Amino acid sequence: MLAYVIRRLAYGALVVLGVLLFLFVLFFTVATPDDIARRALGDKATPEMIDTWKANHGYDRPLWPWQDPSDNLLVSHYTSLLGFDFGRSDVDDAPIGQRIREGMGPSLALTVPMFVIGLGLGLLLSLFVAFFRETYIDRAGVFLCVLGMSVSILLYIIGAQVLIAQLLRWYPISGFDPDPDVVARFLILPIVVGVVSSVGSDVRFYRTVFVEESSRDYVRTARAKGAGELRVMAQHVLRNGMIPILTRVVLAIPFLFTGSLLLESFFGIPGLGSITVDAIRGNDFATLRVMVYIGALLFVLGQVLTDVSYSLADPRVRLE
Amino acid sequence: MEAHVFSNLAVVVLLALGAATVVFVRRNRLWSEALAELWRRRRFSVLVVGLYVLIALLDSIAWVGGTGANGASIEAFEARSVIDRLFAGTRESSYSAPLADHAFYGGKPLEAPGTHLLGTDILGRDVLHRTLKGARVALLIGGVTTLIAIPLALLFGVTAGYFGGRLDDAVFFVMSTLASIPGLLLLIALIMALGKGTWQVCLALGVTGWVGLSRVVRGETLKLRELDYVQAARALGVSELRIVVRHVIPNLMHLVIITFVLMFSGLVLSEAILAWLGIGVDGSWGQMIDQARDELSRVPVVWWNLTAAAAALFGLLLAVNFVGDALRDILDPRTLREDG
Amino acid sequence: MTRVLTVEGLTTSFPDGKDRLRVVDGVDLHLDTGETLALVGESGCGKSMTALSIMRLVPRPGRADARVARFESADGTKELLDLPVPAMRRVRGAGISMIFQEPMTSLNPVARVGRQVVEAIRLHEKVSAAGARDRTLELFRLAGIPDPAARFEAYPHQLSGGLKQRVMIAMALCTRPQVLIADEPTTALDVTIQAQILELLRDLQRELGTAILLITHDLGVVNELADRVAVMYGGRIVEQGGREDVLARPTHPYTEGLLRSMPARSQPGEPLPEIAGVVPPPHTWPPGCRFASRCPRVLDPCAGAPPDWVTVRPGHTVACLAVAQDRVAS
Repeated sequence: MLAYVIRRLAYGALVVLGVLLFLFVLFFTVATPDDIARRALGDKATPEMIDTWKANHGYDRPLWPWQDPSDNLLVSHYTSLLGFDFGRSDVDDAPIGQRIREGMGPSLALTVPMFVIGLGLGLLLSLFVAFFRETYIDRAGVFLCVLGMSVSILLYIIGAQVLIAQLLRWYPISGFDPDPDVVARFLILPIVVGVVSSVGSDVRFYRTVFVEESSRDYVRTARAKGAGELRVMAQHVLRNGMIPILTRVVLAIPFLFTGSLLLESFFGIPGLGSITVDAIRGNDFATLRVMVYIGALLFVLGQVLTDVSYSLADPRVRLE
Repeated sequence: MEAHVFSNLAVVVLLALGAATVVFVRRNRLWSEALAELWRRRRFSVLVVGLYVLIALLDSIAWVGGTGANGASIEAFEARSVIDRLFAGTRESSYSAPLADHAFYGGKPLEAPGTHLLGTDILGRDVLHRTLKGARVALLIGGVTTLIAIPLALLFGVTAGYFGGRLDDAVFFVMSTLASIPGLLLLIALIMALGKGTWQVCLALGVTGWVGLSRVVRGETLKLRELDYVQAARALGVSELRIVVRHVIPNLMHLVIITFVLMFSGLVLSEAILAWLGIGVDGSWGQMIDQARDELSRVPVVWWNLTAAAAALFGLLLAVNFVGDALRDILDPRTLREDG
Repeated sequence: MTRVLTVEGLTTSFPDGKDRLRVVDGVDLHLDTGETLALVGESGCGKSMTALSIMRLVPRPGRADARVARFESADGTKELLDLPVPAMRRVRGAGISMIFQEPMTSLNPVARVGRQVVEAIRLHEKVSAAGARDRTLELFRLAGIPDPAARFEAYPHQLSGGLKQRVMIAMALCTRPQVLIADEPTTALDVTIQAQILELLRDLQRELGTAILLITHDLGVVNELADRVAVMYGGRIVEQGGREDVLARPTHPYTEGLLRSMPARSQPGEPLPEIAGVVPPPHTWPPGCRFASRCPRVLDPCAGAPPDWVTVRPGHTVACLAVAQDRVAS
């Protein structure tokens, strides 16, 4: 088991190195330092201005090690990101690392409750629908899921804001205050929108898993020995269905840290999602690079976690 | 080559491809039965998707000059599509409500009173016109992405899955690397690096879609490789290439199609998010929704722009999702139940 | 001997457009304590559906109806198809147990096999966990499972097919049911293991006095285990009688064809005789005799209405117009 985890982590590390190479190619060769400078300064920038900007932001060094083995962008790209030394923003020179540390709290305050409520609600609804499989309740449930999946999250957000703010005139529709007494006021709406917008596809996925499991032979065996429908669902179907569901759920955990781009930005929550959106809007490539890197890092971690938990949950793949 | 010539050529190519598909389906019993079943179950959704495709095609056929052009206006020198020509000369100067006679703010009489079924937007453009034009963009996003993603996915997924070994290791590594970057972030990174624009967005969506699809293809190829009939073909001395073309790829097509149809709605929804981030495709429904956000805070509210774009987007996705769902039920053997 | 199970006019149907498709159509059978009735037929003839109907385990949206489906349980007579759901649950696994064709997939893959037997015991009896565990180990020994304590902790994938079927049998017999329904219990197993499992079933039957409804397409298995045989075709029973009578003196043209096509009965060097045609799917079944389209002795009225039962000899009946005509003639 330990050997497996180590092997899995090693491959994950290799993938992270690959991601870094991909990011370098994307952000230093496809979009060259000149492009980045020009986007930051605008079309009217003179060559001198671009050179100064590049020098100020450390983009004036050669790209590849064979051009200058001691000081080049590729090596410093790897060493700084792997060392979690994220440098400064291209736009306002603020230290990116500190900004991320500050944004982590609000992001988690939004995503953790959203994740827990969403998972609980999704499992509950899908078990309910799967319990009534092949009936009108099931068909209506699936129909509602597809309906929900066809609506853009933008509309959920706009709809919620219009409803709450303009028609009902409730509390402020955006903003954030870490004070535990009032923080819930700012979080309820984005959490509700986040859960509602994702519950459709979740329920449909879980339902497919549960319905597939309930048609298996061992379920028939459980019924044949006299187990009731609820017991069959809770003891047999849920436990077997949790294996594929686990892969989807565990993989989502790392993204709790990166927050939600849209919800945070719309509802004015100063989390990592907002930082990313600001970076996109402001052509802040340094910050964007870091955010993509952190996202990939967490994803790889999530995959290792998934594989390990998978092998724990399923005795058939439990590894020595 | 001018954009509209290219667009017209694309329509011809698409129609030819469509005709070829019809001929193929008619000859192939499995597919014609599957599609007949789809038609039986989801007639309405198929028709809705067909309507969107028709509108998109009409909007892709364009030429310069001709009917409805006002000699003095700039319209006379632009290539305009069939859809554009239907709305020729209906430009107003500002907002007007659906079927109104007067401008929404200020109450100035309109140039073409009572003709704007869905009103006009801030620049006086007919909302119905813009909404119809959005169909082309949405299908372009889906279509171009497919043209990029499916061949790539088949090439890499099948070679990796079928031939295995070092090649599989290498392809699998590239796939895991790209798949390790969360979808939306990968999209954003690609577009930021490539620059904004329709083709860049499609390319980025294609690259993102390719990864997911080739993982599915690779996994299924691994399974197919071990099946008896493939082994039997190999034992009979059939060449590897022939096995792949004759026995492996045809047995993957249903998965590719299901995955693609189910992916389509995700692509269009992603574009809506990109539009809101300011890096979407010009003229998309996502862009209309984004622009319409501010209109909601006006007093009185300008609601028709948002409603039209949202309804058009929702209608297409709903129909596509229903078709995809039914296709999966029909084509995916895992859901076929044997009776005792 | 006392009657434990009586089924009359059992019909199992699935919706098919506006109509209902009857995959089991008017089956009558009965079972006495300690005896084995073999239900024989090709795949698709409805024999598994018959078993599932008695257990009320027909998959949705199927439905089972019967004039009589009487089970004489330890605590009184029960009409199975009218029983409320909780009462039916108390019959399943306690009064009537079932083992299935596929031992590979019939056990829950993520639960230890011992726990699955313990669950079966504790669903029906108030016993402590330790008590149920002891019972399970005893059952494992009885079912010929070597090293029961170690097997108790095993997951299904760690056991061979034969061992899994032994676990299934232990699970089915853990509450000493009056009736055991065995649906193709040896089909998925190797020939040597098949013999062992049949031996085990016979021994346990002698010990516990269980009545067995054995569902199989393998006439060799019938010969090994059955006291009586019912031959099924197209959702109906076509011939029913003692093992010797049916196997040695088959009367229905279908039974004759079935026996002729057994490899053990054919001459070396001769091609294996077979019944012409294939089993027709349910929606093409004629109102009359379902075998009419393949029958070598078919008469004009055969496809029109179901044939009446003819008693060939005491306890041996057959539903065939041609046979009825022979008897009138002689």
